[in-house]
This record gives sequence, C-alpha cells and structure tokens, in this order.
Amino acid sequence: MAVNRRDFLKLSATVAGGSMLAGGGIAGMLMAGDRGGAAATVHSVPTVCEMCFWKCGLIARVVNGRVVKLDGNPLHPQSRGKLCGRGQAGIGLLYDPDRLKRPFIRSGVRGDGKYRPASWNEALDITADKLKAISAKYGPESIALFSHGTSGDYFRSMVKGMGSPNITFPSFSQCVGARNVGYELTFGESPASSCERVDLTKSKVIVLIGTHLGENMHNTQVQDFAEAVANGARLIVVDPRFSTAAAKAHSWLPIRPGADTALLLSWINVIISEGLYDKEYVARYTEGFAELAQAVREYTPAWAARETDLSESQIIETARQIGANSPNVCIHPGRHTSWYGNDTQRARAMAILTALLGSWGREGGIWLAPSAPLAKSPPPEFPEAARPEVITGGYPFAGGEGLTNAVRDATISGNPYPIKAWIMVGTNLLHTLPDPRQTMAAIGKLDLLLAIDVMPTDSVLQADIILPESSYLERADDLFVVKQKEAGIAIRQPAVSPLHESKPGWWIARELMLRLGLEKFAQPANFEQKLKAKAEKWGINFAALTQNGYIPVQTTSGPYISESNQPVFGTKSGKIVLASAELREHGFDAVPRYEKVPQPKSGQFRLLYGRSPLHTFSRTTNNPQLNELVSENEVWINSAAASRLGIGHGAYVRLVNQDGVRSNRVRAKVTQRLRDECIYLVHGFGSTSPWLTKAHGKGANDQQLITRYAVDPISGITGMRVNFVTIEKEA
Amino acid sequence: MPRYAMLIDQRRCVGCMACIVACKNENKVPPGMFRTRVAETTAGIFPKLRMELRSELCNHCDHAPCVDACPTGASHKEADGSVQIDKSRCVGCKACMAACPYDARYVHPDGHVDKCSFCNHRTKVGKAPACVETCIGGSRIFGDLNDPNSEISRRLREHHVRVLLPEVGTKPKVFYINRFSTPGQEG
Repeated sequence: MAVNRRDFLKLSATVAGGSMLAGGGIAGMLMAGDRGGAAATVHSVPTVCEMCFWKCGLIARVVNGRVVKLDGNPLHPQSRGKLCGRGQAGIGLLYDPDRLKRPFIRSGVRGDGKYRPASWNEALDITADKLKAISAKYGPESIALFSHGTSGDYFRSMVKGMGSPNITFPSFSQCVGARNVGYELTFGESPASSCERVDLTKSKVIVLIGTHLGENMHNTQVQDFAEAVANGARLIVVDPRFSTAAAKAHSWLPIRPGADTALLLSWINVIISEGLYDKEYVARYTEGFAELAQAVREYTPAWAARETDLSESQIIETARQIGANSPNVCIHPGRHTSWYGNDTQRARAMAILTALLGSWGREGGIWLAPSAPLAKSPPPEFPEAARPEVITGGYPFAGGEGLTNAVRDATISGNPYPIKAWIMVGTNLLHTLPDPRQTMAAIGKLDLLLAIDVMPTDSVLQADIILPESSYLERADDLFVVKQKEAGIAIRQPAVSPLHESKPGWWIARELMLRLGLEKFAQPANFEQKLKAKAEKWGINFAALTQNGYIPVQTTSGPYISESNQPVFGTKSGKIVLASAELREHGFDAVPRYEKVPQPKSGQFRLLYGRSPLHTFSRTTNNPQLNELVSENEVWINSAAASRLGIGHGAYVRLVNQDGVRSNRVRAKVTQRLRDECIYLVHGFGSTSPWLTKAHGKGANDQQLITRYAVDPISGITGMRVNFVTIEKEA
Repeated sequence: MPRYAMLIDQRRCVGCMACIVACKNENKVPPGMFRTRVAETTAGIFPKLRMELRSELCNHCDHAPCVDACPTGASHKEADGSVQIDKSRCVGCKACMAACPYDARYVHPDGHVDKCSFCNHRTKVGKAPACVETCIGGSRIFGDLNDPNSEISRRLREHHVRVLLPEVGTKPKVFYINRFSTPGQEG
C-alpha cells in the first residue's frame, strides 16, 4: 500500500472536483464531501459486488486509479447503503498479491504445481484445440461445466453451444437444491428469487431451522433480521449450536442433529390438532389437507421429544406460538440444506408448515415474487445434445441445474458415457464436493481440466490450463435483474481496468468460442454496447443506470395476497400441494415421513459445519483483509466433551473421520455453545495450494473429512452432515 | 457546536465485523492494528446460555485519562467532544496507552500513537463514521448529544444504557444498550 493514512487525508483535502461519472446520481452525490482543490483524481463507480452471491449494489471510491473504499449503494435494495465485511474487503481480493496474474499451462504432472506462463493466444488456442479433440473423440457431451458466479453464464453458452447438456452447479447439488425442490413440489416455485423472499421485518415469529443468520451473512437479509429482533419479533432458533442467532432467540431449541423433521412434523401435528392453522387459506389454496392431517397424527410432541432431545412442553409451547401468530410467521426456508440425504422431505415439511400458517404471500411470511414485464430476447438456438445429461441414479426431481456429483460419478466410471473435460468456473471442487478423494479420482480420468478463476485455489492447481479472470471490480457483466419486493436493473461496471493480464469472464468465453466456431453464441466484442442496447430495450436510461448503479422498474404484481393480487402456484393442480401425488407416483412419501439418521458411536462426534460472516467458503480465506481477522477456523468442542478428552481451549488437535482421514491441525474452541455429540467447523479452510501464501495450511478442511455423503433420492443432492470424527490431541 | 457520541445497541449486533473492515479501509489502519473490535463473551452452562457481542472502540471520554497522561498535548479533547491525536505533537511515549482503560490505542508504524477518531474527516462533511454507515444490524448509532432531536439523543432517552468501566470515572461517550434474552424464558 503506497498511500499511508496521512497522505490519504492530504489527498482527500486536495481532491479534484472532476469525476469520470460526474453529474447527477450517486456518483455526484458521493463526490460532495470530497471536493477540494486540484491534484488527485477521485471518482466513484457504482457496481455490483461478488464477494458472495447476494449481489449487493456498491460504490467504489477510486483515488488516482486505485480502489480505496467500497460502500453500499443506498439506491440498491440488496444493500441499502451498507456492505458486509466481505463486501468491504473486495479491495483485498482486487490487490491480493497471490492472484492469478497470467495464463498458465501445466508443465509437470498434474497436481505437482509446475506451470509455465503462457500468452493468452497460446493458452486459448491450446484450450480450444483440446476441447475440439475431446468433442471429436468422445462427443461434445463428454465436456462438463462446473459453474459458480456470474461468469459461469458465458461458459454455459459455450458448453451448450458445443452440444453438451452437462452443466452443473454446486450451489444446487451441495447447497440449496433440496430446499428449492421441496418448495417447488409444494408451491410450484422456490422461496428465493436468488435472495430468499423472507419478510422478516413484518414477522411476529421467525423460525430458523439450522439457519445461522448473522454468521451466514447476507446483507439485507441480516439487516432485516436485526431490525426484526430489535422490534421484538419472537425468535425461535432450532440448532444444535448456540449460534449468534440462537443467542438472540426467545426460544433456542438445541435439537439432536438430524431430527429436524421430527420437530417439524410434531409442530404440524399440534397446529392441526389444536386448529391453529389458517383454515380459510388452507381451504382456498391447498390440496391434500385430509391426507396430511392423517399422516401426522402419529407425530405427537411426546414422540418428537424423544427423537429431538427437546422437552415435550417446549415443542408444544413453540408450536402454539407459531400457530397463534399465523399468518405473520416466517419459517425461514434456509439456504445450505444438503444435510442428511432426506433433505427434500425436510424442506417439504417446512413448506407445508408455511402453507398451513397461510404465510406464503402474507406479511411477515414469504412475499410473492414481483412480476416485472421486461422484453425477452429470443433464447439462443443451442444444438440438441445427442445424449441426455448425466444424472446417474435417476433423481426424478433433480431439475435443470444438473448434478455435480452425478457428473463426477460418470467421470470415474465412464458410464453412461465418458466425461473427459471439466471446465471449472469459480468453483473450487476439492472444497465443494464431498469426498475429495473421488474428485481426485475423477480428475485423473480427464483429458482436460480447465480452470477459470481469480485465485489459485487447491482445485485450480490441479488444472492443465489456468485462465486468470478479472475480479468483479475490474469487469463488466451482463445486467442484473433485481427482484426484491420491488424490481429493478443493476449494472456491474469496472471500477478499475483489469490488473495484471487478467481478463473478464465474458471475454475469455468469447475468445474460446471464436476458436470453436461458436461466435453466434458468444458475447459481442463491444460488451458495453450490448448492455446499453439491452437496457434501452427495457426502457432504462443507460447513462442513468451507469451513474446510479440501479434503476427500479415497474412491477405488475405485489408482494402480498389480496383479492386483486392472487398468488399463482406453478404446481400441476395450481394449488399448494400438502400431499404430493407426484412424489407418490415416483415411489416417495406424499407427506414427509420421519426417518432416523445414524448417530455417532461412543467416542465419535458428528461433524457439523457452517459459515463465518467474514468468509465465503474457501474463496476468501486468502484475502489479506479477511485473513487478518479470521485466518484459520477453530473446531468447536463442547466443554464437557473437551474435559473428558483433556483438551484445553486453544490447543491444536486433529480430527480423524470414520474412514481414517486425518485433518490438518486445528485449534480447539472449547465452548458451552454446542451439544456434546457434535463438533463444528467453519467451512472453507485448510487450503493445500502453496500459491495461496496466507491461507495455505491454515485450519482444517471440513470437506476433506466429509468422505461419506447421503444422496437425497428425490433431488440428488449430497447430504454432508453424516460424517463422524474422533479428536486426536496434537503432541 | 455538536457534541458527538455513539450508542451501540447490542441487541442488533450480529457480530459480522463489517465495522472493522470498513474502519480499516476508511482510516488506512495498518495490518495487525484495529481501531474497533467486536468482543464475544458467553456465560452459563449448556443449554442455559447468554452471549454478549460488544463492539469496542475509543470511548472519547469526557474525563479522558489519555489526555491527562499525554506530556505533549498531542492527545486532546476537541470542541465536538471527541478525543483526537495531533500526530505532529506525538512523541510515541505511550503514556496514553498505559492510561487508557479501554485498550483503544496502538502505535502506528510511522511512530505516533493512533486510535478511533470518530471518523472526524467524515463528520466534518456531514457523514457518519464508516463503521456506523455500514453497520449491517443498525447497531451503531452516531450523533449529536446537543441536538435533542437527534436519533442518539432520542434513543438515549428511551433506553436504559450503560458505559464500559463506569467505575473508573472516565465519562465515556460510547453508550450501550445491552438487554439480552435468556433462551427458554421470556425475553
């Protein structure tokens, strides 16, 4: 950092009035305080964050071509003038000295970390040649995409354009998939339009099932959560761990891990048997109530108390609180829900409870997604894939987002057909997919592993070719359609030019597509012109959009149900499905049924994992600003268990899982804040990439210990809370 | 002349530490040093637990021991009630650091002592301190005690508040609302 604080203050005092985006709007507003004499050039660039995937609007303050501060865009409804710690630390990503600075081609054997720098032309030519050769030899379907983040969309067009249907998202298979499928089966749609449509500030009761808001940091959702808590919403938190959210709860239910569905079904039992459900709503909008009522009769609070290790009175009392406040109750649908392999049915139970309370489309519940009539462009006419997508094992409700784990299985087995190229865009698969040993085995079968990323992650350093992507602060991306209660358009535009030799994702995909003869599916060379044309087609003033970062658009439907604003349920019957004939047809339970999950043996602990508000999985662990605050994870161990084992707070230990996999050393956080049959790690640590000089070897990698996983037979997602560890003291 | 103070509503704090990162960027705080932090303490035995998240920073005390201890007048009380450091007068003797009961100060690599300034370069142009502006939970409230209509004055009237280490008599200008619920009981 060349500018110290003293210099910075001088700069602020002698700033030029001029701004790249001078004039009205945000850019001008923010300049007001910074005007002075001559010298330094300061400007403000509104853009869109990608430190996580909430997509907050932000304003970058740029002094002499260097980003010095990031602030939330007050106009953007997903940030409202604030940014979280990670959002603030986007500067740390931008200027991280460990970034991928140029293309690399592997010069040693895979995984030995030996690379030679290459020019873009050479790297792109070789990549395109390899893709062509693989497509010719094994068919285009043998090319698979693993995608996370905005840039993945451009590569999706490339892979689809080549004729492969194998496009997958860990965000489905290892994260939200079961939730979305469970709610789609019930309401005909997911409870999130990217962001969960939870109406927390109007909730009288908020129920969090394992959702650790605050630690799981999504800007405006947590703003709303804090507002709700301060305004006296009754908070019920179901979590084996005393999370930050649990610490704010009126009722913390420290449930036995894996028993959530038992609690949900017994709540439904009480709410039905005591007539606390919204009878009018249920009669008007739902189907299958009688079958539901019959099916949950066995799930009494006394039974649930035994399964959940909660008290019967606590279960009844919370059920009554939930029922009495219908419909202004938010059963938070959660986000990462791939836990035990029966997760779609747990999501179904949450959705059914939401329906019984009449809180879908009501204040304090789940608001309805707004309709914003934006002119659609005709979808590109991709070639029909000759062979169907790889979804081994069936999974009738896996949906259109593919299954990462199925592609991995097919890569290892060669069935139903060989997969020979993986394209990883912003996905660190070794930290994302369960059982990294299988991921390595699959990589061993590949003719090409291509990585497009900003950072040299563990997975990137397995790649044959590495293409360095510009961070979100250096690039434009396609326009974002924002759907909160209001709708609008947001723009990502570069705050600074690409550093080093990095290139925007759209450019990398385009260059490859030119070489593959797929120009018709590529982004145009004049990307900004395309954005302008698109905005204008939507009736948005492009100059105003670039100045404000966000422009609202008219919506034609409201967030709450009224006689003139009726909900549309995309289910077959057009009703909310309480008992699902569709599930029954496929051999599943029409109404969720409780299934016990295996419990740890004596001496073992269940491995639970979650998030730090300062990290987005493994993506941020090397960020100098975030690493400074949280450089390694800790293993949370219940105080009584730690005392039995003789482990002191702060001591280093190693975790050994049921298959003998031993973790990196990790500090013990000896705490009362956790049930004593489980341990807890923040996900994302324990990087092995030596190119990540700050994150390398720091903390334990939970994914390494997740060698077992339970595939949900309905959605195909991987339940990952099914691993057990013992704790070894570090000598 | 305003008299600035901060109120921290701990019920709203989610421990996200956005304040810390914002402060570090805004004030170019050197690596390993902090002008604000978030302390977490837990009391009780599972499952009857209470947790406190407490943002800490310079208290801009009315009876500031750092000002009394400073031999050069570098640490001083401004007319707006904030405690500031005139870096050109600071000789780095650390007497202020020893005197501060809140561990709010650090030695900048340039040799002078440094700490939270209530972002006075921002307040001078009508902006809130960086930590306040980005506080996700809306936990940090900043304003003018001399203005009875300011949000902070209103909230101070409405709530029982406390200060840190009241027994040392520093008269802090950072106030806390810390009503916590107890799980399983009425909040």
